[in-house]
Amino acid sequence: MAAPLSVEVEFGGGAELLFDGVKKHQVTLPGQEEPWDIRNLLVWIKKNLLKERPELFIQGDSVRPGILVLINDADWELLGELDYQLQDQDSILFISTLHGSRIGAGSTW
Amino acid sequence: MTSPRGSQGVVGPARTRALSTSGRAAAQAPGSRRRLGPEPSGSRSPCTRFRLFSSLDRAACVLLRRSLPLLPRSDPAMPAPQCATCHKARAALRRPRSGRALCGACFCAAFEAEVLHTVVAGRLLPSGAVVAVGASGGKDSTVLAHVLQVLAPRLGISLRLVAVDEGIGGYRDAALAAVRRQAARWELPLTVVAYADLFGGWTMDAVARSTAGSGRSRACCTFCGVLRRRALEEGARLVGATHIVTGHNADDMAETVLMNFLRGDAARLARGGGLGSPGEGGALPRCRPLQLASQKEVVLYAHFRRLDYFSEECVYAPEAFRGHARHLLKLLEAARPSAVLDLVHSAERLALAPAARPPAPGACSRCGALASRALCQACALLDGLNRGRPRLAIGKGRRGLDEAGPPRDGEPERAPAPDAVPAF
Repeated sequence: MAAPLSVEVEFGGGAELLFDGVKKHQVTLPGQEEPWDIRNLLVWIKKNLLKERPELFIQGDSVRPGILVLINDADWELLGELDYQLQDQDSILFISTLHGSRIGAGSTW
Repeated sequence: MTSPRGSQGVVGPARTRALSTSGRAAAQAPGSRRRLGPEPSGSRSPCTRFRLFSSLDRAACVLLRRSLPLLPRSDPAMPAPQCATCHKARAALRRPRSGRALCGACFCAAFEAEVLHTVVAGRLLPSGAVVAVGASGGKDSTVLAHVLQVLAPRLGISLRLVAVDEGIGGYRDAALAAVRRQAARWELPLTVVAYADLFGGWTMDAVARSTAGSGRSRACCTFCGVLRRRALEEGARLVGATHIVTGHNADDMAETVLMNFLRGDAARLARGGGLGSPGEGGALPRCRPLQLASQKEVVLYAHFRRLDYFSEECVYAPEAFRGHARHLLKLLEAARPSAVLDLVHSAERLALAPAARPPAPGACSRCGALASRALCQACALLDGLNRGRPRLAIGKGRRGLDEAGPPRDGEPERAPAPDAVPAF
């Protein structure tokens, strides 16, 4: 049984375009049976925040490859990735590395 | 076990972590796993931990379970490790190649040191160089300009920002605004060169309109890539630069290698390796100081240094063939994290069969730039556009292109003066 949590979810590197252009979201996660880990947070984000093209953000039960996840300014790899248990006042930042143009890296060098 | 998320080399620590959190799994009854079925993605699932215990016999299991302390669900005892360099701050990331966990500040210092090493070891930017930085407002050129600014005193170079305006409505204007903000913050001179001025009114939007229809891809990126290089060269000359740098990172290089293989472009494969081009035929020497930095680290550097960059996708980018190469690369990276750099190294070591080697380049008959045929790529592409046959110079062989055609407007053929813009 997980208590309600208040966390800040932030999007950058172009990912915010999938969320109406809003970068910072102060979010209150309701109490529920399942624990609040990143896996369940992604499900919640997909249902409540994601405005368009979910396949650009989520793949399977994780984020699409190319999206970096920082929890309190630390790479989620160091903290257990999807299994990290959210704490109150945590800050989760999703940075997309996939936008922009690579024009100019393709032809004559 | 490596995580399929492209975590790049976390084999050792992942296993250790699985063992150290076994206390939590032990707190559950042996039969009550959270989920059944195939192991979910991520090596730290309860299934992994449970497997550890099912290999012991039952009695030992019970003993072990009772002796391990019950850890609270959200476990503050498993924070991020300490920084391996300063041992003071909490680690913020693990570097893929060395596996070391570093805090934000130490990572940024290491990143800068590596770029410095790339430049010094490759003798890319000698002391006294005036360096034109191709600045698009995007993350790579922003990081490049910032790092070079930090290193400039040590390298003895001076920097000029050169931004290219391809004339893509709604996209480039916003990006240029970001470049202007950066130029003001870094106090660096900024020069903007526009396709419309250099190429007789041919903006990318005009090119796209011209190549639209016929059901085939518009090949916008083919035009843009060639014209951008020419524009960058002109901009660099305008500011009196001796070298040009661009922000291509390791992922870009790997994508290029894949693309060139997939298109059978042997010539580009052979030319693409190495740290830069020395600048033949009067062209300025170019290099890519971030070439060995992975894209992920570029993004993290920009994050930790709080750099402001522009990150929308170019309007024409979804059509680009590069997207396929990038998608493939991401899948490969998830399976084998070192694939990105390995691809770049493979291309560097390629030698072409004699029959495949391109001829030694000469000079373009129209503008004098380096060219492997009578006309350089830029002149050939613009020629096609101006004749109303935009696809004339696209693709191998350039069938139908009258390469020995007369100069336009009766101008005599001549090599351009060093600071003259070629007449198109």
